[in-house]
Amino acid sequence: MRLNDKSAVYVPIESASDLVKARQEGRALANQLGFSPGQATLIASVISELARNIVTYARRGQIVLVTDGNSAVQIRARDDGPGISDVTAALEPGYSTSSGLGLGLPGVRRIADAFDITSGPTGTIVNVTIMRR
Amino acid sequence: MIVPILKQGEFLIASIQSALSDNDLLALRDALVEKVVALRIRGVIIDVTALDVLDSFASRTLRDVAHMVRLRGAQTLIVGIQPDVAFAMVQLGLTLEDIPTALDLEEGLSYFARRR
Amino acid sequence: MYEAEKRPIPPSSDETATTLLSELAAHLRESRPQLRQEWAQRITKARLLTAMTEQEVFTEATAVYDQYVEALETGTFETLTAYARNLSERIIPRGVETDEVVGIVLLLRDVLARSLFAKYQTDFAMLNRILDAYEPAANRIANTVAVGFVQERERIIREQQEAIRELSTPVLQVRERLLILPIIGVIDPQRARQLTEQLLHGIRATRGKVVVIDLTGVAAMDSSIANHLVQTVEASRLLGATVIVTGLSPAIAQTLVNIGVDLGKMNTVGDLQGGIEEAERLLGYRVEQITPREKLADPLTDIAR
Repeated sequence: MRLNDKSAVYVPIESASDLVKARQEGRALANQLGFSPGQATLIASVISELARNIVTYARRGQIVLVTDGNSAVQIRARDDGPGISDVTAALEPGYSTSSGLGLGLPGVRRIADAFDITSGPTGTIVNVTIMRR
Repeated sequence: MIVPILKQGEFLIASIQSALSDNDLLALRDALVEKVVALRIRGVIIDVTALDVLDSFASRTLRDVAHMVRLRGAQTLIVGIQPDVAFAMVQLGLTLEDIPTALDLEEGLSYFARRR
Repeated sequence: MYEAEKRPIPPSSDETATTLLSELAAHLRESRPQLRQEWAQRITKARLLTAMTEQEVFTEATAVYDQYVEALETGTFETLTAYARNLSERIIPRGVETDEVVGIVLLLRDVLARSLFAKYQTDFAMLNRILDAYEPAANRIANTVAVGFVQERERIIREQQEAIRELSTPVLQVRERLLILPIIGVIDPQRARQLTEQLLHGIRATRGKVVVIDLTGVAAMDSSIANHLVQTVEASRLLGATVIVTGLSPAIAQTLVNIGVDLGKMNTVGDLQGGIEEAERLLGYRVEQITPREKLADPLTDIAR
């Protein structure tokens, strides 16, 4: 899903401290659009999950936060890392948090209003859209 | 950032400050396990009040702590999960499995008091 | 020869537009006093902004005029959008309607357009170029202001609805550490989200240990709302609270089973009264029935004596 972007915030992800920045930006954006604090925390959690995967497996990448200026936030996580070898397994919900290869993606996909992932040896792109409820 | 670990009788209390790096969390895990053995600890209370997010890595690490502490004969309890954080966790399907949780430190200590 | 010297050298079309816009912006700034006056008169004549005083209209008109010209010249609309929303936030509670806001912006567009006609009427070629540059920009400005106003209005309505909902779905504290959440009617995803957030915050605020969620007033729920109920129970547990669900209709019980809930593991009681008693038991209260002799004196008969 391609949002009709009204604004975009770019957060480079290279270290653990960038996770905090990315979460804060996500929270700020959610608040601006009138998301509830609970939903803002959900968005921050999704960002934490995706950004952490970047730091752990790809070392560096970026989180781009896009809104339609009204009721949707899209989180785009990109990296040039080695990619996820088995995307199906990564999206497979299991019975514990270690399922989904420990990347936290099944849960993210579950709450997302739109979710897509592309991954290969040259990098990974995950796009998650969350609408205000 | 090192997480301070307090000893209160037979209990250890660790209050996690926000913005804990992954390494810090792992270091905390190792420190707690070490102290449980050295100080004959019965229970470990981890206070996560300051965490604005609890993602899959954090919940996995907390479960690892509980597991390792259990192997050394002590019980772990998590306190202080914020309402919004709890909501986000269940929506994302993250669980602390069978680690008991309580509202705050006071509740946590009375949990252990009931189990003398 | 005099005319040729005045006409600018035609460069590429983009550059032309920018130069033209700068020129007309300069003209509009120069003519601000009389054009603003003309605009204010037309606003009054069209009976717009009647909810505002003349002084207020004048102040806002000045700000709008300046923002308009700025947006025309720079081609960027962030400042204008921010201003439009800010203005809307102030005038919506005064009762200003969408058609008025759109109306005054279009009037300004016309007043400025006529001013351009007047200035360049002796040079049709130039007038055409000026209008080519002006029209798309002016239309975009009208659009930006209108959209800004409507979005602000929607935001205010949403906030009001949320506030009303919050008033109408209370989490009740009936005893120390005992909360009741009675749910009545149809639950949509937004209301479900709001209920859960209120409950969880309520647990923290009152240090609730037992929560009774009463579904007596709910006939049925779809599987996504049923899922939501399960999540609410789980999240409450993370805060150290025990949840008792009461008033489950057979239909809802079936929905829960369908989504994979083990009802044996969920703490359910038939009715609200039973649920409260169970909650009190869990909290360590002993419930005794007072015999008639020990009943408190009837205040009415006391007064009669």
